[in-house]
Amino acid sequence: MILVWLIILLMGCGSLAWLSGRWSSTLPRIISLAGITIQVVTIISFLMQYKQHSGWIVSYTHSWMPSFGIQIKMAADGLSLLMLLLTSLLGIISVLISWKEINEQVGFFHFNLMFVLAGITGVFVALDLFLFYFSWEVMLVPMYFLISIWGNENKTYAAYKFFLFTQGSGLLMFLSILGLYFIHGHSTGVFTFDYEQLIGTKMTPQTAFVLMIGFVIAFIVKLSTVPFHSWLPDAHTQAPTAGSVILAGLLLKTGAYGLIRFVLPLFPLASHQFAPVAMALGVISILYGAKLAFAQTDIKRLVAYISVSHMGFILLGIYAFNEIAMQGVVMQMIAHGISTAALFIIAGVLHDRIKTRDIDQMGGLWLTVPKMGAMGLIFVLASLGLPGLGNFIAEILILFGSFFANEPLTIIATFGLVAATIYSLRIMQKIFYGKERTQWKVADLSIREMAIMLSLTTVIIWLGIFPSSVLDISRKPVQNIIEEVNGARINTEIQHYSHIEKKGDNCSINLAVFKDNTAHIKK
Amino acid sequence: MLLTMILVALKRNHKLAIIATLITLTTSLTCIFFITVNAPHFIGELFIIDRFGLYYQALILTATFVIAIFSYINLEHLFPDRRKEEYYLLLMLATFGSAVMVISAHFISFFVSLEILTVSLYALIGYYREYRPAIEAGLKYMVLAAMSSSFLLFGIALVYAVSGTLSFTGLATMPLTIGADNSIILISGVGMMMVGIGFKLAVVPFHMWAPDVYEGASSPVTAFIATVSKGSVLALLLRLFMLADLYRYEKLMLAFTIISVLSMLIGNLLALRQKNVKRILAYSSIANFGYLLVAFISGKGMGPQAATFYVTAYIITILGAFGIITIISRSDNEAADIENYKGLFWKRPFLAAAFTIFLLSLAGIPLTAGFIGKFFLLTAGLGKSQWLLAIVLVISSVIGLFYYLRLIATMMQRDNEYKPHTTFNAFSLLGGIIIAILAIAVVCLGIWPLWLVNAISTHI
Repeated sequence: MILVWLIILLMGCGSLAWLSGRWSSTLPRIISLAGITIQVVTIISFLMQYKQHSGWIVSYTHSWMPSFGIQIKMAADGLSLLMLLLTSLLGIISVLISWKEINEQVGFFHFNLMFVLAGITGVFVALDLFLFYFSWEVMLVPMYFLISIWGNENKTYAAYKFFLFTQGSGLLMFLSILGLYFIHGHSTGVFTFDYEQLIGTKMTPQTAFVLMIGFVIAFIVKLSTVPFHSWLPDAHTQAPTAGSVILAGLLLKTGAYGLIRFVLPLFPLASHQFAPVAMALGVISILYGAKLAFAQTDIKRLVAYISVSHMGFILLGIYAFNEIAMQGVVMQMIAHGISTAALFIIAGVLHDRIKTRDIDQMGGLWLTVPKMGAMGLIFVLASLGLPGLGNFIAEILILFGSFFANEPLTIIATFGLVAATIYSLRIMQKIFYGKERTQWKVADLSIREMAIMLSLTTVIIWLGIFPSSVLDISRKPVQNIIEEVNGARINTEIQHYSHIEKKGDNCSINLAVFKDNTAHIKK
Repeated sequence: MLLTMILVALKRNHKLAIIATLITLTTSLTCIFFITVNAPHFIGELFIIDRFGLYYQALILTATFVIAIFSYINLEHLFPDRRKEEYYLLLMLATFGSAVMVISAHFISFFVSLEILTVSLYALIGYYREYRPAIEAGLKYMVLAAMSSSFLLFGIALVYAVSGTLSFTGLATMPLTIGADNSIILISGVGMMMVGIGFKLAVVPFHMWAPDVYEGASSPVTAFIATVSKGSVLALLLRLFMLADLYRYEKLMLAFTIISVLSMLIGNLLALRQKNVKRILAYSSIANFGYLLVAFISGKGMGPQAATFYVTAYIITILGAFGIITIISRSDNEAADIENYKGLFWKRPFLAAAFTIFLLSLAGIPLTAGFIGKFFLLTAGLGKSQWLLAIVLVISSVIGLFYYLRLIATMMQRDNEYKPHTTFNAFSLLGGIIIAILAIAVVCLGIWPLWLVNAISTHI
């Protein structure tokens, strides 16, 4: 029940903020802040009680449209809770960062902000595919408004592109969901959208593959994997700072979460077939994103391409199908959320003060704004993967894990780290170091901004030094999912081999070897 | 029976002004709620009174009620002191035609009611005769409607020649094997009827009139065509196919599949380049009835329910959209050009928000009734493995997003001199309240569609 209340709370605060915006422009900010703070407190209290559950920590089921087998079914395990924590944390930060930046239609801005957060919360807890799709779409419209009303110069185009990419791919996913619903219904007689019942639906490999592709496209568009990445630089660049923070920090993560939570367990065999392609796409994103990031002069675009590159690691890790890589993915989701949010805030703050995002016009800013420079340095180092900061742990775990699964691709992906060093240091060099081109008269970070940046710094260093605080929470859910995926494959292969064994004796040796192997994998 | 009599009585309410109209509508609406029909019963061979018909009658009367209020606002803008009364007479006559059509079970009653509806529409479309596009639209509608009626009549004659019966149920007993010659005549007869019905629904390739008529007629009349007229013809189509069991003829269903695919794609594609909001809504309605046919084609069972839900959601949405056009129009011209909506969001935020909700509902975005409707359509289609139709529906919805989004984006732009109509009186306040109710209904249906689903499934 508490999960539903969280969503209702966010939506309620959003509506209240809109109404109150007619009288005052501070009231909406306070209402939103209060709403999200309640969410943070609730989630932290759940995490405190958390003791290595293997199932769901909280869950709630209520019928919605029973004649179609649609329920309001929500549940959270460690993975969801971590994501929710990230959601509310970035939610608070985006309210705070827009405190001075947004001055028009403040009420409606916060209405949209809260609805995006509510949609994201829904995505992270939904266990009914219909409800999942519903929340998936609820995120879109307010995000569209955030970009198209409060965005920068080319906002309409960017908002369009964002909406069409995500909505179009989302509808493909919806078709897949319906396909799965009917296949399950026809084979068992139970028509339901319930995730737990739909797992293990029997279908031919071809059908499973086609249905999986529908899901995968929706998720990798959101994850902005090459070749579906082109909406992301535009959307990020044109969105207001709070919008960029939410886009990069949260919306991209819903794609990764969808792959982990839905695609792998629902289509284990098809995922194994698809793994080489997905890993290759991941590696291409890493390198291509890094190359493009190096070529950008617009600072927000640059950070956007860094995201493309980092999301490549996530895709690589997910399709490695082992615990180490998957833990790395969870870590990467959180660390990237924090570090990119921070970079976007610096970009936004700079843009606000010097009215340009072109890094060729900047230079030598360190002297004028030392605090901003120091903060920039920390997060630039984080994004290039400096040991001691969260991103390092994430990337190294992903690379370790994927090395077992696919050596050549992992070796290529490692070059991404070198590229990351180049593009990251270029940011520092161009903006803060080098010759001063103009006599800047710029205010340094204010106390509010400093507080935001310091809290983000604390989190990213904490993640780097005590990664186990996150990894412990996500271990059980990750293990469950990995077991489910690998288990399904091993079972079918055993069936396959024992089928051959009956036919001829020659294969028996093979089978013995294979059983050894599977035992090894199961360990 | 009682209802028909009341409606006949309605027709005689000559010089009633708006109040009388509203009262009569409310009375007949209340009557419908008091009529409880457990088993469908026939009145002669001509009419069948069942829950299905009553549901649609309630829908028609409610829609007309809303339209009458908007008409009043519109007439106040356009005619300071002339010819206001006859309008309501025509409106009631057209409503009468529609209400009779949805309970028809015989080709004669069908044709007569269709003609009552059409003839009063000629006059309604051209009612504002000082305005040239209105005359043009009225004439265009008249010529084309007359032609389609003759097709319909000829089709009925051909069917009669083969089957020897004019009642819908009589057709159901026809054996499938009736000899090649007769079969061709029957199919071509039904095909010609489809031309007539397709014209009324404005599906491709019978859609040419829709944009011009939508543009020329005043907003409430356009709303009437889009909701009551189309909704009742759809109800008739469903009833005809269910009673006569025409789902048996595969060629016919193939023809409908082609019509549906074409409507969805062409409707949405043509809307992309439009600059007039009413024309956009015209093309959007072509596409929307293409979507509706997906449910219709998937046949008995889920199909009619899905279609009914969708048409209900569509009617609520489109009433709201045209209501907004009416409210922000000025007396010298209608706010139909997309430029007039520039910056609406900053000047009339709540109207703009309501319009956004309606447009999102038409586009089928969650939290609105349109999404649930589309979900039902897809479920109905995929339940019968109509993958082609489902995929076309999805693709054309994405195309459709372009123009809905463009309208929404336009409302959010700044700087414009167009001042929307702002004088307040009791009726424009009422109009605002009704729009608020419609917008809330759209959102509520998008979140809790269950009660309407239950209402529909008990009725059909």
